[in-house]
Amino acid sequence: MLSKNDVARVAHLARIDLTEDELKLFARQLESIVQFIDKLKELDVSSIRPASHTPALKNVLRPDTIKDSLSKEAVLENAPKSLKGHFLVPKVIE
Amino acid sequence: MKLWEFTGHELLEKLAHQEITQEEILCALDKRREEVEPKVKAFVRIEKAPAPLDSPGPGAGFPGLPIAIKDNICIKNRPATCASRILEGFKPPYDATVIQKLKNAGFSIYGQTNMDEFAFGSSCENSCYFPTRNPWNLECVPGGSSGGSAAAVACGEAIWALGSDTGGSIRQPASFCGVVGLKPTYGRVSRYGLIAFASSLDQIGPFTRDIEDCSVLLKVIAGHDPKDSTSANLPVPDFLLSLGKDIKGIKIAVPKEYFSLSENMALEGITQEVNQAIGEAIEQLKKLGAKVQEVSLPHTEYAVSVYYILATAEASSNLARFDGVQYGLRAGAGSAEGADNLIQMYKRTRQAGFGSEAKRRIMLGTYVLSHGYYEAYYLRALKVRALIANDFANVFKDFDCIITPTSPTPAFKLGEKIQNPLAMYLSDIYTISINLAGLPALSIPCGFSSGGLPIGLQIIARSFDEEMLFRVAHCYEAHTSWHKMRPKI
Repeated sequence: MLSKNDVARVAHLARIDLTEDELKLFARQLESIVQFIDKLKELDVSSIRPASHTPALKNVLRPDTIKDSLSKEAVLENAPKSLKGHFLVPKVIE
Repeated sequence: MKLWEFTGHELLEKLAHQEITQEEILCALDKRREEVEPKVKAFVRIEKAPAPLDSPGPGAGFPGLPIAIKDNICIKNRPATCASRILEGFKPPYDATVIQKLKNAGFSIYGQTNMDEFAFGSSCENSCYFPTRNPWNLECVPGGSSGGSAAAVACGEAIWALGSDTGGSIRQPASFCGVVGLKPTYGRVSRYGLIAFASSLDQIGPFTRDIEDCSVLLKVIAGHDPKDSTSANLPVPDFLLSLGKDIKGIKIAVPKEYFSLSENMALEGITQEVNQAIGEAIEQLKKLGAKVQEVSLPHTEYAVSVYYILATAEASSNLARFDGVQYGLRAGAGSAEGADNLIQMYKRTRQAGFGSEAKRRIMLGTYVLSHGYYEAYYLRALKVRALIANDFANVFKDFDCIITPTSPTPAFKLGEKIQNPLAMYLSDIYTISINLAGLPALSIPCGFSSGGLPIGLQIIARSFDEEMLFRVAHCYEAHTSWHKMRPKI
């Protein structure tokens, strides 16, 4: 059973502030979704190798050469806040 | 016939014979849009006067033909929002590879289409702008998540369009709107510049009104791209050569589980009308010489569970980048920087920026990846994914393609499933296994419900055998007229 506290813990991990109403709603909805996906526990998968991708890709390598990329200006243009060529964020270190 | 009613290849022919001009096409589309867009609301943005062309190369085969683009594909210096508030104000500083390819071929990028936020949904109702409506019945959803692209092509606001498909987001809306929609093989089309939902499942693909246009458009956008390490380094065939062939002796499989899911899935199940339309399509294919046989895909009933574990896990990770630092929205109160500390700024930004379904999926994905649940859910789902892919591989040892309905029902009503996320997820039951297995599949119109809503037939082929899809679908299309039906709007 998913409690409101469980949902709050996950919300913290996901870095989302949820309102009291959202916590209640998600506790109920996630509970029913989790019950549904629990269906996978019917299967014995002990001898199966996991498939994270379907194509038979090996490592894709390329030479490590220096190429032009986007300019700093073009990238920072999208930043909500920037200063002197850097992203500006609230203070991290006290 | 009005100009907006023609397909892309028909217009190209008229341009080549100088019967019409590019301006006349644009004008006809503009006029059509003025008529129907207030009702359908397929677009979130329209380029006022689509620049005729930057500079079409000498080999540009598509002089100025306009195309509509789903709002999660980056176009340089134009907003791309994924229909989410969190990307407010974001203008990509580069073109997606598919956009670069379209521009090189001479296309003009016309407008950007509505979608479920971050492609999370099957109805186009989870958009931060407005819901799009189904041109065949304005009370119904166009499907999703690429609902805007499907509706625009169906009602003549666009000749063709691009969408993206993670669990059915091209095929299901194509089926609901009565157009052709293709999800190419994973790796066939570069994902560079597609704002990621689930990186191991996402593919970009075309919406068109017939198979010839679909094959033409795939040829333009497909191919290896060093910027997407999962794009396949394989030659792109001339798909037009697959058209006009017969299908005598082609071996078609029909998975029995797809017609008996209701007992296991707490689902209303496949409607009688969809069942009948698919049955008639199968009869038609038999008449054309195909050999049809029932097969089993034994792990079908687990696909929705696997999908909603893997897709949300990948989404929760992909969407971690939307945190108010590099682009889009930043929310928060307090100091001049927006919030008192970094974590608080993240949390407030994501609370304000994401809609309800996005939050729900990020939460589910975070949960299944969190300590103590990783093995029970995520790792187990990866293993069942292998079983599902293996089911398909077994069938393709003996068959050339698989045929199923695209969706268990025709388009449903707006509001019908929005309060019940699980019911919404189950409406993708026929399409998601294909993404899990990385296979190519398309949806083609194959009939109508008694209420006048389109029904779609899904054709699935081996990896990188889109030619088989086109061959079978084109032959079917040549002997039916479903694709010629247009909504009266």
